[in-house]
Amino acid sequence: MNDDDIRVRVIKTLCEIVPELEPRNLKPAVSLRDQLDIDSMDFLNFLIALHQEFGVDVPESDAGKLGSVDACVDYLAQALRPLAQT
Amino acid sequence: MLEAETSATTTAVEAIAGYPVGHAVVPNLRDYSAFRSGFSWDAARGDLEGLPGGGLNIAHEAVDRHAAGKRGEHTALRWLGKNGTIQDFSYAKLSALSNRFANVLQHLGVAAGERVYILAGRIPELYIAALGAWKNRSVVCTLFSAFGPEPIRARMALGDARVLITTPALYQRKIVPVLDQLPGLRHVLLAGRSDTDGDIPGALDFAQLLREAGEHFGIAPTDPEDPALLHFTSGTTGTPKGAVHVHQAVVTHHATGKLVLDLHADDIFWCTADPGWVTGTSYGIIAPLTNGVTSIVDEADFDAERWYQILEQHRVSVWYTAPTAIRMLMKMGLAPLAGRKLPALRYLASVGEPLNPEAVRWGVKAFGLPFHDNWWQTETGGIMIANFPALDVRPGSMGKPVPGIDAAIVRHNADGSVIQLDEPGVEGELALRPGWPSMFRGYLNEEERYRKCFAGGWYLTGDLARRDADGYYWFVGRKDDVIKTSGHLIGPFEVESVLLEHPAVAEAGVIGKPDPVALEVVKAFVALKTGYAPGDALKKDIMAHARKRLGAVVAPKEIDFQQSLPKTRSGKIMRRLLKARELGLPEGDVSTLESM
Repeated sequence: MNDDDIRVRVIKTLCEIVPELEPRNLKPAVSLRDQLDIDSMDFLNFLIALHQEFGVDVPESDAGKLGSVDACVDYLAQALRPLAQT
Repeated sequence: MLEAETSATTTAVEAIAGYPVGHAVVPNLRDYSAFRSGFSWDAARGDLEGLPGGGLNIAHEAVDRHAAGKRGEHTALRWLGKNGTIQDFSYAKLSALSNRFANVLQHLGVAAGERVYILAGRIPELYIAALGAWKNRSVVCTLFSAFGPEPIRARMALGDARVLITTPALYQRKIVPVLDQLPGLRHVLLAGRSDTDGDIPGALDFAQLLREAGEHFGIAPTDPEDPALLHFTSGTTGTPKGAVHVHQAVVTHHATGKLVLDLHADDIFWCTADPGWVTGTSYGIIAPLTNGVTSIVDEADFDAERWYQILEQHRVSVWYTAPTAIRMLMKMGLAPLAGRKLPALRYLASVGEPLNPEAVRWGVKAFGLPFHDNWWQTETGGIMIANFPALDVRPGSMGKPVPGIDAAIVRHNADGSVIQLDEPGVEGELALRPGWPSMFRGYLNEEERYRKCFAGGWYLTGDLARRDADGYYWFVGRKDDVIKTSGHLIGPFEVESVLLEHPAVAEAGVIGKPDPVALEVVKAFVALKTGYAPGDALKKDIMAHARKRLGAVVAPKEIDFQQSLPKTRSGKIMRRLLKARELGLPEGDVSTLESM
């Protein structure tokens, strides 16, 4: 899976939690909490949904590393890499 | 609740020492019973200074009296920006800045008693504006910035907002869509405006006005009974209720800050609540300042790593937070705490919803200190029942009444009479004897609704509780259908009304569904109009509509479709039955049901 595939699936996952989101307005480098109306429960649900979508462990203590779309893509790309090699 | 019953009915009561033995800082309240019997609100008033020209004003007690004295250069607020900025405001600086803002309001012709609304995240301008507005004797109403346009519109219209302080982003997103429905709004002041915001017609620049205003301001004589605060809360039916508080509420804020939160002058205090809710005003603005401590204000949202870092780096000594946050920290385990040194931390307190016994014990495991749960409401203005340093903490209990507060468990009969239930362990409605300084003085423009809160010489809280043989109170539940989620009170009617605006929705019933972290989450049951078929896409569309109108904290997290909703003969949707079904409980008396 390349970064673009990951990005598409991250945004799709986010839309499940934040259905009012218009993907074209999403700024990939800007913090999700700064540009979207989401509360802490939405954010936790987003982490759970990422785990389900990608099959990657996303502990809540890593929440700070998943603040923006770009950050999510980096985090997931890294987490998926060793899996791809085995 | 099992824990509670064990404690109330058996002799094996679990108790945790309320204060670290031998700590160098001696608690302000050392003997609960003696202090309680010797306490009077009149004497507590003597702890405050009063205005030089007579009367009592919150802002004078919070900043001016410290600014003029030895503590003028002591840090009053330490603001932690999202991006890592730290800004300290001394009492003298906060006094001067709030003077400037009071002058701005004078210059704009804002009169005493007119409502000044603040819709912002936790930014310094919020604190300056609130203090300045009190100096001008205007009434401050803070709105939670995560509300959507509809809850904001409703609250601004009900309170006839005259002035609004907000940010360019919030203004564009949440005010512009409803601006034409706010005819009484005369001035909008934008804080944190930058060149990239472009021209926003009709709005003033907060920073510029502040710069141009004078630094000296004399507070006019303020009657202790002059209105100072308007806080909206939710009922089961109808519009949000605007609870009015007066300037002398500061007597309760100050006393409970000292006796319950155990604030000492050298404390670094952190109240994590947002000033959009009553805790963030009473204990995020007023009580720490009147007690002369350094108060931490963190702009960022909850983040475990960041929170632990704040506790450590800023040497927080007293920490007042909420059950949902504590439970989120618990879920992450103790690993994020490893290597952190928190020697300054002395006292932990929690409010917002009942704190489960496990969370109290977790405090001991994680910090060597129990969380002290306490209980109060928007209407009470300040803490009413609490676990104290001088008393053992009973995990799961809200504690004992604050000195100066008489509490009881009562039964409110259909004929209006009230019977006090004095026997230990009996469930009933929690009631308080009216008369403490921070008691609400009315629901704005709703005399009848206010009157209904009182009977037989008691203020009836709407919360069900019981008292054990030793005088500790235990929360049982709500008497009405109001939803408690993440420490916020949500009125189901407000949510249902917005759901009904969706073209596909024929009926809507909203309940609080139990949740291990947030206590409850908002769940909606929806019946569709003819011609609409339930499906995932429609569900998302309704969800998006609700979130856009209400904001993420108020909108439902779950929506279920139903053929029709259970109603009484008079057509009222039976939320209790929806909830019973959701929980798989017996449905009770259904004799008044029209549809099943």
